[in-house]
Amino acid sequence: MDLLYNIFVDPFVQMAGTPDFFLQVLWEGFVTGTLYSLIALGFVLIFKASGVFNFAQGIMVVFAALSLVGFHALGVPAYLALFLALAVMAALAWTVERVILRKLVNQPEIILFMATIGLSYFLIGLGEFIFGGEPKSMITEELGLPTGSTVIDVAGGIVILQHIDIAAALIAAILVLGLAIFFSKTRIGRALRAVADDHQAALSVGISLNQIWAIVWFAAGIVALATGIMWGARSDVSFALQIVALKALPVLILGGFTSVPGAIIGGLIIGFGEKLFEVYWGSLLGGGVEGWFAYVLALIFLLFRPQGLFGEKIIERV
Amino acid sequence: MFYREAGQFKTNYKDDQAVFPILQDRLAIGLFLIVAFVAIPYFGNDFFINSMMIPFLIFSLAAIGLNILTGYTGQISLGTGAFMGVGAYSCYKMTSIFPDVNIIILIVGSGCFSAVIGMIFGLPSLRIKGFYLVVTTLAAQFFLEWCFITIGWLYNYNDSGAIEVPQREMFGIIVTGASATPVTRYLVVLSIVVVMTWVASNIIRGRIGRAWMMIRDMDIAAELMGVRPLQAKISAFAVSSFYAGVAGAMMVFLWLGAAEVESFDVNHSFLILFMVVLGGLGSLLGSFMGAAFITLLPIVLGAIPGILGLHINAAALEHVKFMIIGALIIFFLIMEPHGLARLWAIGKQKLRVWPFPY
Repeated sequence: MDLLYNIFVDPFVQMAGTPDFFLQVLWEGFVTGTLYSLIALGFVLIFKASGVFNFAQGIMVVFAALSLVGFHALGVPAYLALFLALAVMAALAWTVERVILRKLVNQPEIILFMATIGLSYFLIGLGEFIFGGEPKSMITEELGLPTGSTVIDVAGGIVILQHIDIAAALIAAILVLGLAIFFSKTRIGRALRAVADDHQAALSVGISLNQIWAIVWFAAGIVALATGIMWGARSDVSFALQIVALKALPVLILGGFTSVPGAIIGGLIIGFGEKLFEVYWGSLLGGGVEGWFAYVLALIFLLFRPQGLFGEKIIERV
Repeated sequence: MFYREAGQFKTNYKDDQAVFPILQDRLAIGLFLIVAFVAIPYFGNDFFINSMMIPFLIFSLAAIGLNILTGYTGQISLGTGAFMGVGAYSCYKMTSIFPDVNIIILIVGSGCFSAVIGMIFGLPSLRIKGFYLVVTTLAAQFFLEWCFITIGWLYNYNDSGAIEVPQREMFGIIVTGASATPVTRYLVVLSIVVVMTWVASNIIRGRIGRAWMMIRDMDIAAELMGVRPLQAKISAFAVSSFYAGVAGAMMVFLWLGAAEVESFDVNHSFLILFMVVLGGLGSLLGSFMGAAFITLLPIVLGAIPGILGLHINAAALEHVKFMIIGALIIFFLIMEPHGLARLWAIGKQKLRVWPFPY
C-alpha cells in the first residue's frame, strides 16, 4: 500500500504542493528536450536523404563545438571562428561523401551503420589528438549569446530561467523553421525529398546523389554546430556528450525515423518525461534513472506503435 | 594442388554432413588444437598468454554469441556488453551463495541467467526490426548498467562497488583468483571456448540454426514456410545471451580478476559488434578472426613506435589508436564488406584451384 501511495499519489501531491518547483522541473525538461531534438534532427536529416543511420552525429556535435572553441583559442575572433567551424563541417561532409558513402552505395544498412560507427571512432581519436581530451568551456559571451537569468514569481515561489536556455529554444525553433522552408521551397530541398523517396527514381530525373549527400551531411553539420554551442554553453564541451547523444535514438523511435516534427516532439516528450520521472519517481528506484528512462520508454512505446508517432506505417510483402 | 577434395569419396550421410568434410581441414584443425592446447602453454610467456590469448578467446566467445544473433538471425544488438555483465555478476553471486560448487559449473551456469534476461529484452524483436531493435538493446544496455550500480545485492554491498573474484580450486589446482597461473586460466578458457564453439557449430547446422537463417533472410517468408518467429527469435536471443554471459563470467573470473560496471559499458558492445562485422557476419571462423583483429590490434599498434624507435607520449598514442581502429573499420567495410572470413574463403578457393586461375 505504501509503495502504491509512493507511486501514484505522493509525486502528484508534491507537484501540487510546490508548483514553482514543478514549473522549474518542466522548464529543465523543456530545455533538455530541445537539445535532444536538435541532435535527433541531425540524425533525421541524414536518414531521410541517404537511408544512412548516422551514428557519428553525436561526435559531430562534439567535433563542431571543439573546432569552434579551438579556433577561438588560437586567437581568431569569435564570429570568424564560427565561420571556420562551419568550414570544417563542410570539409567533413565532403570527405565523408567522397571517402565513405560513395564507396558503400548499395551495401546493406548494417554495413553503412557500422561505417558511421567507424567514423565516430575516427573522429573521437582525431578530436582528442588535436584538441586534447579535457573538457573545455564554450565561448558563450564572445558569440554574443546572453548569459544572465530571469527570475519569475509564480504561485508563491520563483522559477529561474537561464537566458541561454531561452536562446537555445529560440535557435532551435529558427533552425527547424529554416529547415522546413529549405525542404519544401527550395530546389535543393525538393531534390533532397526526391532522394529520400527513391534513390533510383531521383537519379533517373537527373539529381546528383553525391552532391545531395554532401549537402545533407553539411546540413547535419550545421545542426551539429548549433547543438554543440547550446550544449557547450550549458555544460562544458567534452567527449561525454557523445554518450548523451545516443539518447537521440529513443527520441527518433518516438517521433519516427523520417519525420522532422517527430524529432522535435519526440525530443520534448523524452526531455519532459525524463526530468519529471527522475525528480518525482527516481528516488523510489534509488536515483540515476535518467540514464535509461528514455530507452525503456522507447522500448515500451515500440511494443504498441512500432512505426513511431509520425513515421509511415511499414507494410511488408514477401 | 595440396588442398582439394578430389578423391575423397563419402559413402554415407554421416560423413557427408560432417563439420569438416575435407581431410585437409580436419588435419588443420587438429594441428590448431595441438598448438593451442600444447605448444602455447608450453612455450608462451605470461604476457602472451595473459594479455593476448585469454582476451582473444573470451572475446571470440562473445563475438560468437553476437554473431548468432546478428549474423545468423539478422537481429542487430548493442547490448552484448550488458549481457556479459549479467553473466559476470550472476557468477559472482553464485560463488558467494554456493562456495563449494565447481567453478566451471558456475561459469557455464551463469550463462543461463543472462539467457533469461536476453529473452526478456528480445521480446520486442517480434514486432520490430533493424534500427528500432538497436534502441531496445541499448535500453537493455543502459538499464542493466544502472542495475549493476544501484542494486547493492549484486556486488554483496561492498564499498568499492566492484566484484572481486574469490579463489577457487579444481582437482587441487587453483583456477581463479589472484594466485592462479595464466597457463591454468588459459587452458580452462580454451576448453570452454572449444566446447562451446563446437556446440554452436552444431546448433547452427541443425534445425534451429536453419530456422534462424530463414528468419534472417526473410522473416515473413520463413513464417509462411512454417518457422515460428517467436521461437526462432527468442531462442536466438537466449543462445546469444548465453554465450555472452559465459564470456562475461570468464572475462571477470579468468582474466580480469575484478571488475566494475565500466567493464561492461556500451563501448564493449561496440567492440564486439566490430569483431562480428569485421570478422564476417554469419561465420564462426569470422568471429575468431574479428576477435583476434580487434584484441591484438591495440597491442600491435602500441608496440610499433617502440620498434621504430619513436617516442610518442601515451595519451597521443591512445588517440592515434582510436583513429586507426576507426579508419581500418571503414577501410575493411569498403574493401570487403563480408569480413575477414570472406577473405579466408577466397584464399581457400585459390588454394583449391592452384596453380590454375580458375
